[in-house]
Amino acid sequence: MEVAGDIRTAREMGLVACTRCTRVWPAGTEACARCGQHLASRDTTSLQRVWAWWIVGLICYIPANIYPMLETRTLFIRQDNTIVGGAVELAQHGNWAIAGVILAASVLIPIGKFIAVAGLAIGVTRGARLSRERRHQLYEVVEYIGRWSMIDVFVVAILSSLVQLHALASITPGRASLFFALSVIFTMLSAQSFDSRLIWDADRAERRKGRGADA
Amino acid sequence: MAEGATNRLNLERLIACPKCDAVYEIVEPAPRERAVCARCHTVLIAPRRRAGKQLIAMAVTVLILIVAASVFPFLRIGAGGVHNDSSILDAAFAFSGPLAALSLAVLGFIVVVPMMRLMLLIYVLVPVVRNRPAAPGARAAFRFAESLGPWSMAEIFALGCAVALVKISDLAEVNFGPAFWMFAVLVVMIVVQDTLMCRYSVWKSLET
Repeated sequence: MEVAGDIRTAREMGLVACTRCTRVWPAGTEACARCGQHLASRDTTSLQRVWAWWIVGLICYIPANIYPMLETRTLFIRQDNTIVGGAVELAQHGNWAIAGVILAASVLIPIGKFIAVAGLAIGVTRGARLSRERRHQLYEVVEYIGRWSMIDVFVVAILSSLVQLHALASITPGRASLFFALSVIFTMLSAQSFDSRLIWDADRAERRKGRGADA
Repeated sequence: MAEGATNRLNLERLIACPKCDAVYEIVEPAPRERAVCARCHTVLIAPRRRAGKQLIAMAVTVLILIVAASVFPFLRIGAGGVHNDSSILDAAFAFSGPLAALSLAVLGFIVVVPMMRLMLLIYVLVPVVRNRPAAPGARAAFRFAESLGPWSMAEIFALGCAVALVKISDLAEVNFGPAFWMFAVLVVMIVVQDTLMCRYSVWKSLET
């Protein structure tokens, strides 16, 4: 697409853009006539919803780590494994690679997501050190990666339906699986609530301020 | 461009990046080329010739694969003479008691939502491809299908199979069931489908 000089936003042009079908309408239009989506130049409740979902997501993430994710019964032992406990045990048996993958998927990525979403939201209200391009990339990564955390819950489902060998061995899902799933759902909702257009607005306002100071 | 932009005719020639609000004048890219937002690199237009027919064909295939993969076992396990196999429905209903709600969620994410999304897509695209007027409620249907997108997790489940396999491979003997291969194909198809899908083109074709 050809751009001549400075990029202008729909808001600056007195227009409002539909985020679903990319059509533009005069500012103040209520709903997109092409796709029916409700129109808002900026989602003013965006950050409130981001934080609300973020907080519930974080609250659910705590029991997700305290309670056992899997309960394993073999002939002689009955064992409850938390997310971290399971990874540590794998590492002790020498399965460093798998332990690393599990730790990355269920600990590093969720915590990284919480930090990233909080960073994006704070960046909009207080200004950020990262450039807007970087922050937008961060937002895209968080939005993309969010749903993949659900893989843990699916693995629990697969293992506990598969490993049902009567007395020999059986695996049942632990309470943490529910909290983990909720935490993933809430952080997905939190990331979805974030209006990425705010990243670009805030930066623009700053640049203007900067220009004013120079003059 | 800005001054005359309130003119309705002019607005039709503009496109706004849904992610960063930048406005461009529409330049229809050649087939296999893409129009990308200059500052946030979101893909705005990515037309493919005959994408509609291909999308329908793929949606039908994936739909059949999901139904078939739901009932056939996808993994089989054996140790000490005892065997067990598991289908997707078994996996979804692995959660019981206080965790039963999770069974519904899992079933929704890997079977119901993906199927619903595909059926809506077929419903919307078939009249478009046949050059008929849009199906009744097509716009609402496509909007709903789009909003279901992030919650359709069939491909994530497929990868979960692989992870589960690695996790128990040293505890027991594990074999693939037929559904495992169906799911492997399904993952590839869903990825291809995503690259074929040009939202702009669909919305444009639903315009009256």
